[in-house]
Amino acid sequence: MPSEGHKLPVLGAPAHRCAPEVVEEAFPADPDNSPEQEVEARSRREFLANMGLAAAGVLAGCSEEQREEFLRKKFTELKPDEVQERIARLAAGIEKKWNKTATLSAKGPMEGVLFGYGLDLSRCIGCRRCEYACVKENNQSRDPQSHWIRVLEMEKGRGVDLEMGNPYYDPAVVPDPDHFYVPVACQQCSHSPCTRVCPVGATWMEPDGIVVIDYDWCIGCRSCMASCPYGARHFNWAEPNIPAEELNLDMHVLGNRPRSKGVVEKCTFCIQRTREGRYPACVEICPVGARKFGNLLDPQSEISKIIKQKRVFVLKSGLRTEPKFYYFYGL
Amino acid sequence: MELFRTLKLALKTITTGGLAYWGWLALLACLIAWGGAAYLTQFNEGLIVTNMRDQVSWAFYIGNFTFLVGVAAAAVTLVVPAYVYKWGPIKEVAILGEILAISAIVMCMLFVAVDMGRPERVWHLIPGIGHMNFPHSVLAWDVLVLNMYLVLNGVIVAHVLYRGIQGKPYNAKFIVPLVLFSIPAAVSIHTVTAFLYAGLSGRPFWNASILAPRFIASAFCSGPAIMLILFQILQRTTKFAIKNEAMEKIAELMAYFMFLNLFLLGAEVFKEYYWQTEHVVHFQYLFSGLHGHNALVPFSTAFVVCGIAAFILFLIPATRKNTVTRNIGCLLIYASVYIEKGLGLVIPGMTPDMLGEIYEYTPTLIELRVGAAIFSIGFLVFTLLTKLAIPIMNGEFAKKPGVDGHAPAEPAVAA
Repeated sequence: MPSEGHKLPVLGAPAHRCAPEVVEEAFPADPDNSPEQEVEARSRREFLANMGLAAAGVLAGCSEEQREEFLRKKFTELKPDEVQERIARLAAGIEKKWNKTATLSAKGPMEGVLFGYGLDLSRCIGCRRCEYACVKENNQSRDPQSHWIRVLEMEKGRGVDLEMGNPYYDPAVVPDPDHFYVPVACQQCSHSPCTRVCPVGATWMEPDGIVVIDYDWCIGCRSCMASCPYGARHFNWAEPNIPAEELNLDMHVLGNRPRSKGVVEKCTFCIQRTREGRYPACVEICPVGARKFGNLLDPQSEISKIIKQKRVFVLKSGLRTEPKFYYFYGL
Repeated sequence: MELFRTLKLALKTITTGGLAYWGWLALLACLIAWGGAAYLTQFNEGLIVTNMRDQVSWAFYIGNFTFLVGVAAAAVTLVVPAYVYKWGPIKEVAILGEILAISAIVMCMLFVAVDMGRPERVWHLIPGIGHMNFPHSVLAWDVLVLNMYLVLNGVIVAHVLYRGIQGKPYNAKFIVPLVLFSIPAAVSIHTVTAFLYAGLSGRPFWNASILAPRFIASAFCSGPAIMLILFQILQRTTKFAIKNEAMEKIAELMAYFMFLNLFLLGAEVFKEYYWQTEHVVHFQYLFSGLHGHNALVPFSTAFVVCGIAAFILFLIPATRKNTVTRNIGCLLIYASVYIEKGLGLVIPGMTPDMLGEIYEYTPTLIELRVGAAIFSIGFLVFTLLTKLAIPIMNGEFAKKPGVDGHAPAEPAVAA
């Protein structure tokens, strides 16, 4: 299927954006016009058509892929068949760049599901396995390095004080007896500053609570990064570099599919896994069971029971971002 | 055709000049080429060639943008005192202010454009074709007001120059309301830009209600400083004549705003340092360094010293009225505001980052080169428009004054 992608019609490039004859249609001859007015109107139409041609000419100088990419529509405005076309396009691009066949999903949210996350600070040993499992699962750039999870080392006795966190701790063994660890990633805020400040609406919260980014629509202004209180958003300062043999081929279009340089990315609760009923990679890899995940709307889920039975807190609650990422001390 | 003849005359005017004029244009062209090449590198390799990273994700470019919004705003607002105090050449003050505003806005937009990760997707912002997140995103507001301001000033300047070259007076009924409207528009662009920062609840250095007043106060220091220097250059090179009292009055107004600027800074410093909450770290990073990281300390020292020195020079009547000391004061306050609203606003707002990490940012040569190119483009726009405006102000094109009969010779804002 991916190799057929090249033969698909140019997606997101409806004829009225470039084809001159459609421009003509947009300015139909007025039957009431006098012949002089008609001539004038025609020359105006011709001028506009020429402008359209000139714009099309610039685009014609690009390759078909570049043209298609430039004219891509916003993901939320795609019709179901257009989503399928987009997926085929993306898969073809991956095939071309990595010579691998990816399975790209655009699976939507499940009915009656709102995802929530729990992190047991008394269990976390600061091994950073989650951090690197995340990099692999989510096809994050290896060079330059991009990490969606940051594990912060904190001094015991100070409590959770983000000003004093150290993400670059490097002791011989963990856990260090004088420290404890606070992993931080996207807190999936219900009242999220990042989605509000985005000038083009390229990021939003899905009905299942996951804040996602349309990588094809992001303009790379980095307003969301300035607004995020948790440093959870990451920018592709250069073209991301992922070795072909390490590429995770199980992809979601709003999740871990490869990004390009110049756009922002972030944790999506492993949307490619969780919408299929699986755990996020970080939950799966955690050797001490510090990470919990589930449906907040299901009273029997583990996360709901934790919220009911433990005393949970969220980071920077004073900012009223309403995270769906709960920290607690389970022991 | 009228349009063609006018454009030809305009082209002739801007291509007629002495050695100094052509030398200046050549210098600008070289800088634009030098910085343009740097931008090509950045476009191809990504923003990795800057020193911005996830921790400090806005820096030199956005700092310059912020500073220049102030310049764009303040120049035009000089029209108000020009009218209130009857300085005489209100038309000239207004038109120079508008030209400076256009140049500054062009630079603002270029600084934002070079900061974008995907500049070719800028069309995503256009309502109708793309999707503008209005009214939620303050950046969307900023895009709107900046473009509106550019169009507004562009229309005014284009009309005045176009009619001027034809030797006709401008249409006062059309221009005067636009000039008047450009004044609140000037305040709005600076306020919205301040809100862009102040609205970020997670960044305590910016999330302060005092930020917008500080922006306005500092802009009323730096904008008139440029205008004062400009008036003197034009007085020497053209028939442009502004009363000396007017210059003194501008300096006096600047003294008030310099005081206000320092006062507001002092109010913030008191609030942060009297009871040092976790928010104080950004001020510490700016003014004294934090955990041994003190890259910004020389700059913060410079902006405070320059700001106070300029205020003293403008406070004392003798030094305010003396051209030499006044000009030194202008340069000092310009430098002070440039540092404060540039590196001094953006970098400490992001250092330490949201998780407490200190990443010390200093611009790369590529960033400086791109910045030099953008400033050169701004100077170029300003030079060419002023080159056209000067003979019009001197009345060199005027052959049949009042030919249309619908505009008085000196209508300006007083109408």
